[in-house]
Amino acid sequence: MCALCGVLGGRGHWTESAAAPEAFASRAEAHTRARERQTRTRLVNRVLSHYGLRLGDWSGGSHVLRGPTGRTALVNNLSQMWAAADDLCRQECDPLDEHLLQHLRGS
Amino acid sequence: MGAFSEQTPINVITGFLGSGKTTLLKGLLAAPDLSDTAVLINEFGAVGLDHELVQTVAESTLLLDNGCLCCAIRGDLQGALRGLLSQRQGGQVPNFRRVVIETSGLADPAPIAYTLLAEPVLQHHFRLGGIITTVDAVNGGGQLQRFPESVKQAAVADRLIVTKTDLAEPEQLAALYTSLRRLNKSAPIVEIGDGDIQPATLLTDDMYDAGGRDREISQWLAAYTAEDALNHGGEAALIHEHADHVHSFALTYASPLDWTAFGIWMTMLLHHHGDNVLRIKGLLNVAGVPTPVLINGVQHIVHPPAHLPAWPGEARHSRIIFIVRDMAQSRIEASLAAFNNLANPDAAPGQAA
Repeated sequence: MCALCGVLGGRGHWTESAAAPEAFASRAEAHTRARERQTRTRLVNRVLSHYGLRLGDWSGGSHVLRGPTGRTALVNNLSQMWAAADDLCRQECDPLDEHLLQHLRGS
Repeated sequence: MGAFSEQTPINVITGFLGSGKTTLLKGLLAAPDLSDTAVLINEFGAVGLDHELVQTVAESTLLLDNGCLCCAIRGDLQGALRGLLSQRQGGQVPNFRRVVIETSGLADPAPIAYTLLAEPVLQHHFRLGGIITTVDAVNGGGQLQRFPESVKQAAVADRLIVTKTDLAEPEQLAALYTSLRRLNKSAPIVEIGDGDIQPATLLTDDMYDAGGRDREISQWLAAYTAEDALNHGGEAALIHEHADHVHSFALTYASPLDWTAFGIWMTMLLHHHGDNVLRIKGLLNVAGVPTPVLINGVQHIVHPPAHLPAWPGEARHSRIIFIVRDMAQSRIEASLAAFNNLANPDAAPGQAA
């Protein structure tokens, strides 16, 4: 918490539109944080499936990442998730990897 | 708190040893517009600063568990900035509206950005303003070739200030400009000789400043648009190798990008390659959002997006500027296209003509 102004917690992660509401204020379509989380989870699972990983919701606030052996990690945002993903699948998840890109193009 | 307009901007003045940082700062602080500026400097150098609000800091860095050098809280800044906040609230110091941090000659500016974004108190009260890098007209070219610190300071700059131009030969200046342009095309180059400093917009215009945002974006878009016109958009011509294998390029997309897919891609890219992605700036046409969304990143650190109230021209093209080390444009481009395609498989982001 900010001890001076009393704001609880930090800003949201930069990928969440709630972190910068003015940047997305002109959006015409109805938008909710829950829907954004669902879309993000759906899309990121397409990527994670290449590594045998799966992301699920955790109490509407965090996410739980499950590895191929059943190990899990709680993550609060995408940046934390990629670090946990490397650990759970024991390899570096590289977005420039041609095998991953072929997987995405075919999925 | 939280909106950019409510946060006190912090400018960083960096530059290699002896490149004229303190002389520049002294000139800037003489301007009436900047009299309400608090200054944090790493050490008292040869040039004295006669200013009401000057504090020294020791450049101590607290490394985090992941050992990443850019994602480190600068403990000295944390203490100094928290102290300034308390003193301002208690009326013990004048009500400053801007902070300038002058780094040491070998400092890495990235941990300063991280400290402002990640520190739980500071993130509510401060925001990063422009990064200003001084480059010595006489010695700067050699420093860019020999010292990776110098390359990084120039790569992350929002303004490049070439100092001591009155001492340099025309050929020296021309070669230095070529080097700087190849390394960082979007930062305007400002020349100063012996103390002739034009202050205001050096510090005040930045991506998050409501008054100067339009000028700032137009400036860095124009730099790449001019280059596109010269090179007819050819990829090979847009890549410029530099000392330390750093080069810059711009990706332009005619079709809107999906924000969720972009966030997944960018976080994954920065997690894996953040050490080599020195700077990212972009103006995005986000699907479903009529106004442009601005992104700004320094290595692993991405600031919350800002926006422009309207598109600067008729074309609503996304434009993302990368300054990277040892990374091929074609691989980054192919990767972003594949990720964006996840959200909208029927409309991959076409490169603008």
